[in-house]
Amino acid sequence: MVKVFIYPTTSLILSDLVARFGHTPLSAALQIREHIQTPGLESPPLQITPEDPKKGLKWAAVEVPSGVRGRMSLYGPMLEQAEAAIIIHDADFSFGCMGCARTNELIQFLLRKRGIPVLDLRYPRTEEEGIEFVAAIKKFLNELAGGGA
Amino acid sequence: MNLVRIAQLSCGPEYSGVQREINEAARSVDAEIFFPDIRLADIREGFDLFGLDVRSPDLKLAIARARALVEGKIEADAVFIATCFRCAEAAIVRNELRRYIHENSHLPVVSYSFTERTTAGTLLTRMEALTTIARRRALLAREVQEGLTLGVDSGSSTTKAVIMRDNQIIGTGWLPTIAVLKSAEDAVDIALKEAGVRREEIQAIGTTGYGRFLVGEKMHADLIQEELTINSKGAVYLADRQHGPSTVIDIGGMDNKAISVQDGIPGTFTMGGICAGASGRFLEMTAKRLGVDITELGPLALRGMGREVPMNSYCIVFGTQSLVNALAAGSSPEDVAAAACHSVAEQVFEQQLQEVDIKEPVIMVGGTSLIQGLVKAMGDLLQVEVVVPHHSQYIGAVGSALLASGFIKGS
Repeated sequence: MVKVFIYPTTSLILSDLVARFGHTPLSAALQIREHIQTPGLESPPLQITPEDPKKGLKWAAVEVPSGVRGRMSLYGPMLEQAEAAIIIHDADFSFGCMGCARTNELIQFLLRKRGIPVLDLRYPRTEEEGIEFVAAIKKFLNELAGGGA
Repeated sequence: MNLVRIAQLSCGPEYSGVQREINEAARSVDAEIFFPDIRLADIREGFDLFGLDVRSPDLKLAIARARALVEGKIEADAVFIATCFRCAEAAIVRNELRRYIHENSHLPVVSYSFTERTTAGTLLTRMEALTTIARRRALLAREVQEGLTLGVDSGSSTTKAVIMRDNQIIGTGWLPTIAVLKSAEDAVDIALKEAGVRREEIQAIGTTGYGRFLVGEKMHADLIQEELTINSKGAVYLADRQHGPSTVIDIGGMDNKAISVQDGIPGTFTMGGICAGASGRFLEMTAKRLGVDITELGPLALRGMGREVPMNSYCIVFGTQSLVNALAAGSSPEDVAAAACHSVAEQVFEQQLQEVDIKEPVIMVGGTSLIQGLVKAMGDLLQVEVVVPHHSQYIGAVGSALLASGFIKGS
């Protein structure tokens, strides 16, 4: 079983696909759930406090906007755990969406820098492309150690 | 008090840990923040039609929400635009959305670029102005002062008091702010003495400035109002430009305001105050270093050539260093004074006036508007003839006295 970083990290479909093929998806839902369920914090909606952008300094310098650093405080630990990644380019908003383009660029760069297996796919626009899309993900996940459900 | 609904268009505050501060600032002025709900299809159409092809989906969402507000698909009383400080993409969207909403709707709008250090206190004056414009349009429509009223401006550097009767200023008081209440009481006493009236005769009181709440409570003021609204109103009143567009610039002791005004009501505005190098405080320090009174700095600067002295006072410490270096290198006090005025004007121009549509007349108010060198430097930068109305240093107090007359019984 391999920890697979998914991009967009909010994609429930992608998260489900990774789990179905026997791996652990690293998705935003889990990270955000952990934040929201942290007792004692009062910083709605995501329970991110001004301390979190400071934690993000590990991945982005101080001159980088606070929104990028706050996001990195969520996604950075996931990047460090990732053993593989699936990146979907030009995804439809309904498939999954990550709000900040600069954070997205940084995440993709840091993933590639890690030297882990990365599957790059363009979001499908037709049914045929959709079938190929799922097949490519299945093949990638099966080839990862311990995969293949 | 009726709840003002403020639509938030933003990218990043929830990830910067400042959403709570935004909500808190709104709550403290009886307003609530909400995120306009729109359909997915409207998001795509929204930013496609707007024509700004940004990469960040949260900014696309902000654009689509702005369109929905302008088209009346979503009801709101005011708009707050917030994006991360130092994000170029967001800065473009922020400015264009503010302009778009301002030009295509009657919604008051304010924008802000935040860091994780932004607090509710920092946002309070902006939120207060935003809700006032939404809530008190009738009050802001007042063009004539009636009865006998007192206005007090408890500023960070100085406290000003003005007594007005039947649309005339009949008494003024001006003191440095030391103890907030004491300075206000003393300034009022001076104004009362000059006006020849007793305090019991005053029919309504208005307060503004940093100490407005404290002073207002103590004096049982009828109107306690932030300075963005008050100064806009006071500026167009004193300059006799109550109708049509205008731009009000107030370089204060602690922060600067640039306000785009339409018929006396602020439309868009910016408040700066990150660096003291762009404030009146720097000019005070310059005067002190040159060994002249602050009132002499303006005429001195008019005789000098600012370009002869390298000075960029982004920070008050480094600005002072440039000043000392220039004097040590043999620059004349006139040239140094001119350079200091140019430096402050340039920073206000670069940091704030770029975010406000400059429409003539440009009216400069506040104590610094009496520094002629600064007014000239600002006029040179903007390529316009800057208007400085009479009693411009009392702008907050005059605006307060004017609007307070709306609270006289039977008025």
